Amino acid sequence: MKGFFMVHLQALLFSLGQQLRTPFSSLLTIAVLSISIALSGAFYLAVKNITHLTGHLETSNQITLFLGQQVSDQDGRWLLTRLEKHRSIQSTRLITKTEGLKDFEQFSGFGDALKALSRNPLPMVIQVFPRLNLTTPQQLQQLLDELKALPEVAVAKIDMQWVQRLKAIIVLAERGVLVLASILAFAVIFITGNTIRLELQNRQEEVVIAKLVGATNGFIARPFLYSGFWYGLLAGLLAWLMITGLMALLQSPMEQLMTLYLGYQEVVFLSVLDSVILLVVSAVLGVLGSWGVLVSQLSRLTPE
Amino acid sequence: MIKFDQVSKRYSEVGDVLVDVSFTITKGEMVFLTGPSGAGKSTLLKLIALVESVSRGQVFLEGQNLNRILEREVPFMRRKMGLIFQDYKLLNDRTVADNIALPLLIAGYSHQEIKRRVRAVLDKVGLAGKEKSYPLSLSGGEQQRVGIARAVVNKPSVILADEPTGNLDPALATEIMRLFKQFKQVGVTVLIATHDLSQVIDSGCRQLTLEQGCLVSD
Repeated sequence: MKGFFMVHLQALLFSLGQQLRTPFSSLLTIAVLSISIALSGAFYLAVKNITHLTGHLETSNQITLFLGQQVSDQDGRWLLTRLEKHRSIQSTRLITKTEGLKDFEQFSGFGDALKALSRNPLPMVIQVFPRLNLTTPQQLQQLLDELKALPEVAVAKIDMQWVQRLKAIIVLAERGVLVLASILAFAVIFITGNTIRLELQNRQEEVVIAKLVGATNGFIARPFLYSGFWYGLLAGLLAWLMITGLMALLQSPMEQLMTLYLGYQEVVFLSVLDSVILLVVSAVLGVLGSWGVLVSQLSRLTPE
Repeated sequence: MIKFDQVSKRYSEVGDVLVDVSFTITKGEMVFLTGPSGAGKSTLLKLIALVESVSRGQVFLEGQNLNRILEREVPFMRRKMGLIFQDYKLLNDRTVADNIALPLLIAGYSHQEIKRRVRAVLDKVGLAGKEKSYPLSLSGGEQQRVGIARAVVNKPSVILADEPTGNLDPALATEIMRLFKQFKQVGVTVLIATHDLSQVIDSGCRQLTLEQGCLVSD
């Protein structure tokens, strides 16, 4: 058992040594592999970030009522108290014309343009937060229709729609990541396989000699398999660094964007579990690539 | 030990290389296989080494019919033989010690045991102190002795040598032959293919002569 362990350890270290002996070509292979892995990883992380955001949005399926221009502040408040008693409504918030104008000046930067107007063009707005037990689109639609019918309301909009659309896009994006990752996984397998095939060709003489002195295919394959393992693992590590570096670069603009749209910021990086999976999958793909080549090529390399 | 029973070998491209060859070599015998180039000496050795398979007939090694050896058993059969080549077949990017250690590494010996055996065999072939040298820094005779050391380090019961002195001058060739005799004395069966008749006659050993694939004298 100890001997078995030692033989594997030797092969593991030997294969690493082989790669260090040809740093340039090893680095090229690892770079190509890591780009494939990093692409999948980066797309995954992008989708994960968006999913994370929409997780928060789920609770915010609010309805916005834009009241008619003719509706006075007093009428607005009267409507508000009526709405608060509605059984499907959790809470409401009134944004008067003056408040709306103040917000608009503050956030849009068009304050000066508004000052040129003789009167405030903004309508009164009531934000309606439905009760949380209203979950199905039909229930929400019913409430929306009801609110639309109120004489004070000019326009009623539900923010649910774009959330739903976004969710549909995310489902599509998740599929897309899966498809892309699968294609790139094959790329990793083929690239490693081809690299190992070249290594096998370069060391053909050695393989034949080893066979002549009684080496089994397993013995000969071992260092090549470990070589594939190292390619995969090192490429995975490099890919992880690339993704993390990319995220670090994008973090502050992403946070800015989120603050503007959502009022809060939370950028998601690769979790520990994600990172472990990334490394394990990379290493496994490397081994698979070399294994495929070894199975097909090794028995063809005979002393003749 | 080695038995050929009406063995023929035919390559589709070149035709018959061995025709109806039969002989027996007993354990501990040293036998020369002679004949002109192309007579089938190398092919005969390859049949024993499981590099080639017979077209007809049977080859036995230590009582085992080599026709019946499965692909996955081949490596284990090869560990019973020490193969020596005219071109040495050394790994030039490994040290002498690493070259000799290869069969032991393959057989799974411990690090200490490998070190011990490599040192012992280097002593025996007269290359003590050359462990760390690389093959290409050695003379032809020394390289062949590394090849011999590698062949015998795993204590095989049979040594098969294909023109082992083909690239060496007569003085060096004589020394190599002396080494082979030492192995024979400890009970190893030795089969040497050579066209160097002077070495054969000096040795006084049994001689098998091939001509155009046929065994013409024994």
